[in-house]
Amino acid sequence: MNRLQVLKTYKIYIGGQFPRTESGRYYTPLNKTGKPLANICLSSRKDFREAVIAARNAFGGWSSRAAFNRGQILYRIAEMLEGRKEQFINELKQQGSSHNQAESEVNTAIDRLIYFAGWCDKFQQFSSSVNPVASSHFNFSTPEPTGVVSIIAPQSSSLLGLVSVIAPIIAGGNTCIVLASEQKPLCGITFAEVINSSDVPSGVVNILTGKPSELVKYFADHMDVNAMVYCENDKDTQKLIQDKAALNLKRVLLYNDINWNNSEAENPYLILDAQEIKTTWHPIENIGGAKAGY
Amino acid sequence: MAVTQTNFTIPDFSISPKIDQIGVEERAKRFTARSIKTTSKLSGLKLVLNMIDLTTLEGKDTNGKVKQLCYKAQHLHNNYPDLPTVAAVCVYPSMVKVAKNALGNSGVKVAAVATAFPSGQAPKEVKITDTKFAVDNGADEIDMVISRGKFLQGEYNFVFDEIATIKEACGNARLKVILETGELVTYDNVRKASDIAMYAGADFIKTSTGKIQPAATMPVTLVMLEAIRDFYYKTGKMIAMKPAGGISKSKAALHYLVMLQETLGSAWMSNHWFRFGASSLANDVLMQLEKERTGVYQSANYFSID
Repeated sequence: MNRLQVLKTYKIYIGGQFPRTESGRYYTPLNKTGKPLANICLSSRKDFREAVIAARNAFGGWSSRAAFNRGQILYRIAEMLEGRKEQFINELKQQGSSHNQAESEVNTAIDRLIYFAGWCDKFQQFSSSVNPVASSHFNFSTPEPTGVVSIIAPQSSSLLGLVSVIAPIIAGGNTCIVLASEQKPLCGITFAEVINSSDVPSGVVNILTGKPSELVKYFADHMDVNAMVYCENDKDTQKLIQDKAALNLKRVLLYNDINWNNSEAENPYLILDAQEIKTTWHPIENIGGAKAGY
Repeated sequence: MAVTQTNFTIPDFSISPKIDQIGVEERAKRFTARSIKTTSKLSGLKLVLNMIDLTTLEGKDTNGKVKQLCYKAQHLHNNYPDLPTVAAVCVYPSMVKVAKNALGNSGVKVAAVATAFPSGQAPKEVKITDTKFAVDNGADEIDMVISRGKFLQGEYNFVFDEIATIKEACGNARLKVILETGELVTYDNVRKASDIAMYAGADFIKTSTGKIQPAATMPVTLVMLEAIRDFYYKTGKMIAMKPAGGISKSKAALHYLVMLQETLGSAWMSNHWFRFGASSLANDVLMQLEKERTGVYQSANYFSID
């Protein structure tokens, strides 16, 4: 007997919930052969606004967790992803990858999560410093997460690009709102299910689907967003982002030169991009006899 | 406008109208489905701002905190041109003088909670002294609490007399009567307490102290607004309304305005007849106004805390 297949409804991910877009709008991306992939939520600026509220609420808790614990949670995401490998391979194939390409993309994504999981409690050491000063102070600088980060994920890849931009941002203690690839959105939403079952507190990662052309303005000008990531080589959009981001002096991170498929996407400077360096002057007595700067 | 008429007969409060719980909750929900956009939203938000009683009622209140609040009442957000001020600042009696001095002739009123706020568990003499102290220090409005214990015991005459006594002690100050609906348990009781308060001389009826959950909700406010409407039809006297506690988002505040307009009509749409008792609502309204002005979603970081 033929069984009617139960198809998945792709919804967005805000504050640990899977709502439909408040706008009630949908779009239907096509694969290479012109076959419709699914009906995908066309998120509105209000969905983004709600996601920023969720991310802001989650920031305090996530940023104050022990760095080691954040590492454990990133590792947990990798474990969950490993367990659902087949599903991701299938989705990547639907979106036009060959089996080998798909398998390699999923494997790289898992490895990348492990890579950044390891850095969670280590990037602070190599980017901190004890500074020589002329007065009797113990003076040191350490990185702190910048806050809420809005991300437009790479358009060219469905899973790897998305994972590669999320991992360093949350490893550093930030929370984020991510817009998945417009034409290849399937893995973005399935990855949200992975996040949701990986001990990641709700609101730390929020994933929307829709059109960058519609949402980029709001990603760039929201006053409660502290940094923005953009990965395309589109000069006009880059200019628009720089322009809008100046309103509240957001950090603008333009990653159009990075090839997400190879190891240049694996370096701790990606974590540091969304960190603020805090310098502390701690009064001390003169260290007896020590003529060095500190 | 209201016809002044004082010689009405006082009804038997034990037969106050019964409230249809499902009906009132359904009706209250309807008001949240109105779409208010652009210019009407803008004027709605400004009206909300102008109806706020900016409140600080904490044991840790200091002169400095109250002065700070009074400054905020007059300078809500200086970046925004031509903003209205809030309606009043609401403080404990001991802070009335400080608030009065800080507000000067800005037009912002000083409201004081009196009568052993928030519990109301004190002898009558203490309550009268408390009220007179606040009035003598310059309070324009007095927020009193009813004796919920006595009310729940069915001693309606006691509650009635107490309100009438405090009204007398108020002199020219307007009297707000706090029913503390969160402790009255049923809508029937809320309706009954509203009727008692209005017949006993309240100028305002107010939902809550803000110290008890649940505080103001839309159904409870609707029950009270309907009591005000019925009272107006019977006596020709307009009574003002103040929901307090729990209204912290501008969207919710706009829903209350819709409810007010559709229940009592436009005669009540001013801060003489309607107030919001809230402390965090003002900032949310300011953020929405800035959003409308600049087109950019706002962050709490750019607005004053108190």
